[in-house]
Amino acid sequence: MKEEIIIAGFGGQGVMSMGQLLAFAGMKQGKEVSWLPSYGPEQRGGTANVSVVISDSKVGSPIIDSPTTVILLNNPSFEKFEKKVVPGGNILTNGDLVNLPCKRNDISLFSIQATTIAEKLGNHRVAGMVILGAFIEKTGILSKESLVEALLHVLGKEKQHLIPVNIAALESGMEMVL
Amino acid sequence: MGKVLMKGNEVIGEAAILAGCHYFFGYPITPQSELVAYMAKRLPEVKGLFLQAESEVSAINMVYGASSAGVRVMTSSSSPGFSLKQEGISYLAAANLPAVIVNIARGGPGLGNIQPSQSDYFQVTKGGGHGDYYTPVLAPSTLQEIVDLTQEAFRIADQYRTPVILLGDGMLGQMMEPVEFLKTDNQIVIDKEWATTGTKGDGSPKTITSLDLNDVKLEERNCKLQEKYKLIRRNEIKVDTYLMEDAEMAIVAYGTVARICQSAIDRVRDEGMKIGLIRPISLWPYPTDVIASYCERLNKIVVVEMSAGQMVEDVRLSVEGKVPISFYGRTGGIIPTVEELVEQFQMHGNGVLR
Amino acid sequence: MKVVFERSKGLLNTETHYCPGCTHGIIHRLVAETLEEMDVLEQTIGVASVGCSVLSYQYFNCDMTQAAHGRAPAVATGIKRVLPKDRIVFTYQGDGDLASIGMGEIVHAAARGENITVIFVNNAIYGMTGGQMAPTSLLGQRTATSPEGRQPQTQGLPIRVSEMLATLDGASYIERVSTHDVAHVMKAKKAIRKAFLTQQEEKGFSMVEVLSTCPTNWGLNPEESLQWVKQEMVPYYPLGVYKDRQYKGEES
Ligand SMILES: Cc1ncc(C[n+]2csc(CCOP(=O)(O)OP(=O)(O)O)c2C)c(N)n1
Ligand code: SF4
Repeated sequence: MKEEIIIAGFGGQGVMSMGQLLAFAGMKQGKEVSWLPSYGPEQRGGTANVSVVISDSKVGSPIIDSPTTVILLNNPSFEKFEKKVVPGGNILTNGDLVNLPCKRNDISLFSIQATTIAEKLGNHRVAGMVILGAFIEKTGILSKESLVEALLHVLGKEKQHLIPVNIAALESGMEMVL
Repeated sequence: MGKVLMKGNEVIGEAAILAGCHYFFGYPITPQSELVAYMAKRLPEVKGLFLQAESEVSAINMVYGASSAGVRVMTSSSSPGFSLKQEGISYLAAANLPAVIVNIARGGPGLGNIQPSQSDYFQVTKGGGHGDYYTPVLAPSTLQEIVDLTQEAFRIADQYRTPVILLGDGMLGQMMEPVEFLKTDNQIVIDKEWATTGTKGDGSPKTITSLDLNDVKLEERNCKLQEKYKLIRRNEIKVDTYLMEDAEMAIVAYGTVARICQSAIDRVRDEGMKIGLIRPISLWPYPTDVIASYCERLNKIVVVEMSAGQMVEDVRLSVEGKVPISFYGRTGGIIPTVEELVEQFQMHGNGVLR
Repeated sequence: MKVVFERSKGLLNTETHYCPGCTHGIIHRLVAETLEEMDVLEQTIGVASVGCSVLSYQYFNCDMTQAAHGRAPAVATGIKRVLPKDRIVFTYQGDGDLASIGMGEIVHAAARGENITVIFVNNAIYGMTGGQMAPTSLLGQRTATSPEGRQPQTQGLPIRVSEMLATLDGASYIERVSTHDVAHVMKAKKAIRKAFLTQQEEKGFSMVEVLSTCPTNWGLNPEESLQWVKQEMVPYYPLGVYKDRQYKGEES
């Protein structure tokens, strides 16, 4: 099994750390993983993206030409990456922020009102977790447990109080694609 | 300790500490600045020393000083800054001083850009500075390999008393992969009795210099250097191969490009093409004989680089006209995609492979 | 009366890449307006340095050359020395560029009394490379390479470049200004004009050190950044004229 994921959005939307969570969870689950950010001046204000490969076998190229899943958090990213997804692949968007029509009919599109859901849960910053929940439910590449373990690690000791709301977000996301 | 997820630049730093290097002199430059920042944070924790120099020229000379004083020491930069270190590297080589210099290369020439590139190959493998010298060059292609090769770099530096270069590029520096910090088997501890640490009253002052006004003496010095290079050529060649057992066409690539080639090779193998990869790990000394040993069976060699064609010259020297060689390169910081390489391999394999 | 927000003819009609709240943009405008008002845009050659302002050659509406990190004063020397005397040559350099790697070049350009104008943007940090310590970073200032705050014992003390260069007999006009409020921006413009006039009158080396913000790497918002310049930087880097020699060859 192999998932090649690109996550893209504005710098500051947590694109890099969403990718890091996936890579960390993959590692904890004993998979081979790689995480590669776009870097350089385009990060300043512009859009940023990260490529994550999660695989049962060794990762060759960490660069992804044809992602199996893209997670898109703004319209410019949608325009850039919609066309790159492999036929049969997934496009997950934050439907509160991406409102462009999808031109593909050979992929599965999940437009999730992640910000709305996150705000209902009381913390707009967990929107990313909602989408990651949908991602793991749809692809089955990672378990909820390993993602939670990744969260525990990334949040560190000081922010443990944020765990419950993150788990709630993850679960809401998982329900979205049932 | 188990596996941890880290950026390539940080892995170099931690691996250097694992290798017993507690001294680092650096200067910021993208895409290696994370290494400098990592050392700034980490070295004080192990009671080592981090110092930001006022320039790369100063940093390499601080390394020269620290190495003269007998410690394991490192500096790092990226292409434009690495050029500035060349003078110092020539002095280190001439004075037989061990040191590890990291180059996380980026697009050039000039200020170029900050994207990954392999266009410093000539500079690092052919001496680079003035005078007759070489520096061993190690080129990892995964982060786990960085852990090993950083330690090896320090081992080789101490064993032969030479500066050693660890060559990566922006992609390797910026990406994260799980790594485990395991010690390599060939650790050595050398008594650096040549170091200038004060005579402590032993009545025999030591000198470290690269000057010899007497021509005969300077030639002797050069001969000794060449003897050392002969030994390194004999002992320190590192190369990896992938699916070469039955290959009729070989791809030669190093560093990050080798990974992308590997993915492309997997794809064309699925179509039945007998194709494999030769991946030089030591770029100097170059695995000439290993490449030559495959010539009999090969119909074609394709060299892939993120440059306009630099390593391809060493492949030509290895093959001596026995196998046709093609080159495919991207410049300007562009990383070739798996898809474009698949196309290239199919095109070059066409007619020469069954 | 002039329309206040009209873009200076000294700047090209392109959007800059500077972060919100970064005063590089204001300093560009001051330089551009001055050159326009002096009517010398067509005989000016600027030298862009390596730092966030490296792309200034895309913004200034005059001939521009881009120099290696720290070497702008040497490049400017080459340009100035071979062209007819009426040409105006300036460098635009950050504190990492000018006061760290390029300290040799700036000192010798000043010592030679090189008839060029240097716009020295001091934001107490390396902006472009992501917030490392600069020679001008303040004591205690946290940066990527001084994570515990700059310590004098290990990382030395901040350099006051204007004061230092003013000790050189070759330097003719040196002033330090700031950008933290409108009044100071106006003063900065006067200083920049004075510096270019010094060059036009062939009086020798001129430099204006401009205290500037880097909200992105200081971790402050634009408003807090201006306050930081005023409250932290100005006390350590006092504003004022450090050298003003009226005639070529006259001792100050
Ligand atoms: C020889 C060399 N070394 C290092 C660099 C990397 N580098 C680019 S900009 C910069 C410093 C920028 O800081 P500063 O001059 O203070 O300008 P700012 O970005 O803050 O405006 C450095 C070190 C380089 N391009 N070339
Ligand atoms: S990083 Fe700092 S100096 Fe550079 S543009 Fe942004 S605010 Fe300005």
